[in-house]
Amino acid sequence: MWIYEKKLQYPVKVSTCNPTLAKYLIEQYGGADGELAAALRYLNQRYTIPDKVVGLLTDIGTEEFAHLEMIATMIYKLTKDATPQQLRDAGLGDHYANHDGALFYHNAAGVPFTATYIQAKGDPIADLYEDIAAEEKARATYQWLIDMSDDPDLNDGLRFLREREIIHSQRFREAVEILKEERDKKKIF
Amino acid sequence: MNSLPENYYQELEQIQAVDFVLVELTLYLDTHPDDVKAINQFNQYAQYSKQLKRAFEAQFGPLQQYGNSFSDANWGWGRLPWPWQV
Ligand SMILES: [Fe+2]
Repeated sequence: MWIYEKKLQYPVKVSTCNPTLAKYLIEQYGGADGELAAALRYLNQRYTIPDKVVGLLTDIGTEEFAHLEMIATMIYKLTKDATPQQLRDAGLGDHYANHDGALFYHNAAGVPFTATYIQAKGDPIADLYEDIAAEEKARATYQWLIDMSDDPDLNDGLRFLREREIIHSQRFREAVEILKEERDKKKIF
Repeated sequence: MNSLPENYYQELEQIQAVDFVLVELTLYLDTHPDDVKAINQFNQYAQYSKQLKRAFEAQFGPLQQYGNSFSDANWGWGRLPWPWQV
């Protein structure tokens, strides 16, 4: 089971109300390479991956939910004081018409989240390579978001998340090596 | 929810820092399970984290649910602010 802890993994601050930035950040909430996709992908792959890497998928998958909460907090803080007119000016009019100020799992362009963003192939190497690619894509997205953002407080949190993707990618690469080693051992005997 | 004292943020950040070490060590140990030094460091930080949380919870209410934290006298869980509100 999972236990919720009433704290963010890393402090999230924003300098000002900025619904335009929030609109872009939604990419990492319900987008193809976002935190929801990451969490669901890893936690689902666990059941059929070799035992040696189940712990890693469990722990990274769990951390992704903490990142999802950080992104939600950023979006919430960037939009909570915005008027409907400000949301409209920021390109969030379509969102407001359907959801008011509520968050929803869609990408920056408003496309709703779909399970087709993620895969579970049952082949451990194929699955782990997908996971490495997912981390690299998420890292790139965070970079594009930082490049567009002029909010130093927000960027501090975004940089933390970008660095986590680098670590996750590194750990998944190590997992591939562990499985390759196992496979080669079996071949010798 | 602007009524939280300065030390709420300070102590929370301390917990976040210590727990970050634990997240890092967890993922590292998942792929380096034979590193005894890292395991010792992990256990040391796990203990430190528990101490900090006990002190924090005594002032600001439970951090976890389902019995992993003790409750205050009037179920502060639902009353005290949530992470996105502070
Ligand atoms: Fe990640």
